[in-house]
Amino acid sequence: MTPRQAFWRGYLDCAPFTLIVVPYSMLFGVVARDAGLDILQTMSMSVLVIAGASQFTAVALLQDQAPVFIALLASLAVNLRMAMYSAALVPHVGHARLGVRALMAYLMVDQAFAVAVRTYEDRPEMSPPIKVAYYFGCMALICPFWYGCTLLGAVVGQAIPASFSLDFAVPVCFIALTAPLLRSGPHIFAALVAGTAALAFVWVPWSLGLIIAALLGILAGGQAELFLARRAERSGA
Amino acid sequence: MIDATTFWTLTVLLGIGTFLIRFSFLGLLGGRTLPDRVLLYLRYVGVAVFPALFMPLVVWPEATGGTPDPIRLIAALAAFLAGLRFGVVWAIIAGMGTLYLMQFLLS
Repeated sequence: MTPRQAFWRGYLDCAPFTLIVVPYSMLFGVVARDAGLDILQTMSMSVLVIAGASQFTAVALLQDQAPVFIALLASLAVNLRMAMYSAALVPHVGHARLGVRALMAYLMVDQAFAVAVRTYEDRPEMSPPIKVAYYFGCMALICPFWYGCTLLGAVVGQAIPASFSLDFAVPVCFIALTAPLLRSGPHIFAALVAGTAALAFVWVPWSLGLIIAALLGILAGGQAELFLARRAERSGA
Repeated sequence: MIDATTFWTLTVLLGIGTFLIRFSFLGLLGGRTLPDRVLLYLRYVGVAVFPALFMPLVVWPEATGGTPDPIRLIAALAAFLAGLRFGVVWAIIAGMGTLYLMQFLLS
């Protein structure tokens, strides 16, 4: 595979997510205008932050007249999960130049992360430069849609009726991302622990329950894998 | 009304902060290899973060004011099963399709 082919492969592999990114980013445009932001403000937020969940959090808290630092902390807490993505990408694309890594960091979104890491694990023969090209292919599709549809939502705004239940596109997106990742017992166990813990810790302020639940899930998955490996070793010996 | 100064302060700081979170490990560690024990746990990042994100949204949807909604629970299950069996696109279609179909039939 050449880097060019890898780029287009990533582009195509992420294509299904335009189904989600389109309504989700439009919804942000609608909600932001509804909250009283002008089009320039709405677009600036989408371009500077490109992280839907935290943008919704920020707008909701601004509307509630929350102090800036509380709104900032809550929105950043929602994005803390990306520190985990950042760490998970190091073994695959950490070799790239600093400027390239900075651009990769700016473009890091859930869908592209999930697709890229799954492909890297399924195809260990991919060389480091191929992995970088693939990553940018994934992002090259999602990002323009994110900007463009935020703008569309901000402009057409109120025309989308609530009966379309676009809010539900968000959990459906994450369900669609999760299902193909459940490839082994430890993966399923990690998902179960994280999902249950997220419900149990939903009361924790500033969305930190999400971080606690994710850490518990990661720990559960890793421990389950170690346990199975030790058991296989014992029965093999 | 959202005050313009408040908005721009928050947006710029959120943009910088979010970038620093994304850049954190990728920027600092770069090409250095991570210990095997760390790599083991990193394999479970996606599969742990995503359920933690969607479970509260499915069980206590904001659109119903946080009360569990049977239609959304069934639609979520349909999305999950379709995702396991057929992959991402069908998960999305099954999830939103089931939601619309049931909202249409039950309204």
